[in-house]
Amino acid sequence: MYLDHAATTPLSAPALAALTTELSRSGNPSSLHGSGRRARRVVEDARETLARAAGAHASEVIFTSGGTEADNLAVKGLFWARSDADARRTRILCSAVEHPAVQDAVEWLERHEGADVIWLPVTEEGIVRLDVLEQELDAGADRIALVTVMWANNEVGALQPVADITALAARHGIPVHSDAVQAFGSVPVSFADSGLATMAVSGHKIGGPVGVGALLVGRAVKLTPVQHGGGQERDIRSGTLDTAGIAAFAAAAEGAVAHLPAESQRLVDLRDQLIAGVGRVVPEAVLRGPRVDRLPGNAHFTFPGCEGDSLLFLLDMAGVESSTGSACTAGVPRPSHVLLAMGLSETEARGAQRFSLGHTSTPEDVDALVAALPEAYERARKAGMSGQASSIQTAGTGFS
Amino acid sequence: MRVLAAMSGGVDSAVAAARAVEAGHDVVGVHLALSRMPGTLRTGSRGCCTIEDSRDAWRACDILGIPYYVWDFSERFKEDVVDDFIAEYAAGRTPNPCMRCNERIKFAALLEKALALGFDAVCTGHYAKVIENADGSRELHRAADWAKDQSYVLGVLTHEQLKHSMFPLAETPSKAEVRAEAERRGLSVANKPDSHDICFIPDGDTRGWLEERIELSEGNIVDVDGETIGTHPGANAFTVGQRKGLKLGRPAPDGKPRFVLEIRPKENTVVVGPERMLAVDQLRGIKVSWAGLPIPAVDTGEEFDCMAQVRAHGDPVDARAHVERDEDGREHLVVRLIEPMRGVAPGQTVVIYQGTRVLGQATLDSARSLERPDLAPAR
Repeated sequence: MYLDHAATTPLSAPALAALTTELSRSGNPSSLHGSGRRARRVVEDARETLARAAGAHASEVIFTSGGTEADNLAVKGLFWARSDADARRTRILCSAVEHPAVQDAVEWLERHEGADVIWLPVTEEGIVRLDVLEQELDAGADRIALVTVMWANNEVGALQPVADITALAARHGIPVHSDAVQAFGSVPVSFADSGLATMAVSGHKIGGPVGVGALLVGRAVKLTPVQHGGGQERDIRSGTLDTAGIAAFAAAAEGAVAHLPAESQRLVDLRDQLIAGVGRVVPEAVLRGPRVDRLPGNAHFTFPGCEGDSLLFLLDMAGVESSTGSACTAGVPRPSHVLLAMGLSETEARGAQRFSLGHTSTPEDVDALVAALPEAYERARKAGMSGQASSIQTAGTGFS
Repeated sequence: MRVLAAMSGGVDSAVAAARAVEAGHDVVGVHLALSRMPGTLRTGSRGCCTIEDSRDAWRACDILGIPYYVWDFSERFKEDVVDDFIAEYAAGRTPNPCMRCNERIKFAALLEKALALGFDAVCTGHYAKVIENADGSRELHRAADWAKDQSYVLGVLTHEQLKHSMFPLAETPSKAEVRAEAERRGLSVANKPDSHDICFIPDGDTRGWLEERIELSEGNIVDVDGETIGTHPGANAFTVGQRKGLKLGRPAPDGKPRFVLEIRPKENTVVVGPERMLAVDQLRGIKVSWAGLPIPAVDTGEEFDCMAQVRAHGDPVDARAHVERDEDGREHLVVRLIEPMRGVAPGQTVVIYQGTRVLGQATLDSARSLERPDLAPAR
């Protein structure tokens, strides 16, 4: 039972068809001969398809190797372009709950490029505080290079007030980037209406393949390239275009957006069943993130008194695949920066578990979770926190 | 049985896990994250818990077709092993952090979590053997390959811990055999170098590492007659038996090298003398534990024959031991050595054996010097 669609979701049928068709063909879209022209046709069709799905103009689509590259290109590219144009602009306003693709890029700029970073606090539901954003914009607009706030949080599913954020920033002419990797295909996303300068999307979160994504870049927005080479994508992004991946990505995006109204309602219903079911069998569980302004497929809880990784392990043993929600180094779980930013203690944050639904999810998946959870929770709680003292009789017991 | 295989990322634990799988157990691999700031790649045989080790353990589990998890014990490890190591040195003793890790982390914190999560045993790549008697009790024995035998560092395990321990490499005739088996099983760690030294001191420079963590103040180096013959940067960073690093300009009267005989942390003094003065013929240990059910002589206080070993790869010597109890009922182990030992430091562990069987262990509190009866008990 797969309840980790936010990590990756199975390929959609149209994406698989597009991928296998294009993988059996050859041709570099930048070549001028017949096979090149054929490949170019596929890429440009895909660009238009993706642009339609994302409410953008085709010329605004920069294909990348995925969401992480798109976020790096946006954050670093905007920072360099803006600070080159005016050396006073070294400040980045960044939400405290960003995905590592943005957070780590921002921290790198802070360490190596002299950026000064203001982390925008969030409410206890994980939503960026607009009042703080407004204060920061008013306090030093001429020093700000960019604002970056994700569209939807990958851990707790909080949808951010992107339109309000861009409206505030627009007063001062400051560009806003948004990581829309989790939002695109799940909730209505229109780049044109958003007022964003740049927006990152990814293939494999919406039924496309891993290894392809895009950065949408407004026509008037200047970005300094991060990687250098042939300048294939608007001179902003270099590298031979992945025709098959791009075609499959566009096919997945088209399908996801076409089915979005019905599918999102189906997922909201299923998700609410899941939340109710978890609350029924483990009343101690605390739903994190907003009740309403939330990704349809996201349910995130903290389970008091146990480690998220113990719960994950026990659920996995019972055939239910979930996630603690946060990124890890070599698999070492750390308390989520998102939950800490929402005001949770480290102990509370360590009991996190995310269940995320997607296009292949069924009521049976939810039933399996609800069936497996009580025993898993009981055991995980017995295993406790790894920092606790041991009750095993050891040689040193009673001495030290 | 449901078995948790502790996977360091090395070849021994990978082969141990493979054997547990082959024996029909339901095995899950767990890598212990013990360092708060793991390095990325290993350098030779040094370092531990790098991301590379974690990846190697992961890869081994994938090849074995078993689940893999990383459990974070870095806080416990810091408190129970690293801080303890520093505190012991600061008190002028010489601890064995690997034993402490087995006692407190692998077969306590890890075992406890494993039992709570529904496992029956923890499996490691240690070279040692657990024997189950007809009555269900357990005994700990040396591994078949005495050169690789690690029963010493497991000597601290209690009967309860042994009941949940599994060492599948017990009967392996040699390490080469384990490497060949890893190769045969397609485990990519087959040729990975062995780990040496103390895992949390990545560059192997124990002295330098300690000097950054223990407040050292300059003090005197004295000879056995109490005459000051030099100074040292801090007594705590020395170990009994140490020869190098004394930096005594003046040679000894007999022209022979001088060794650290004793550390007096309170006086911040290091006592040096000739090698023969390192010889001791009686050891006294505290914090006694029994690796399995204690033999009857433990309760009666009678003296019994045994062999005593004070280092992981030191040679065991014939001895006679008995147990004394203090007014609080705590056991003290007294070991009379038939042949004297050299360079025994307080804080070291004495493990006693009968044949291949590990009887138990104690932390050395004092030793009686043959040539310096004035020092008995040394501490």
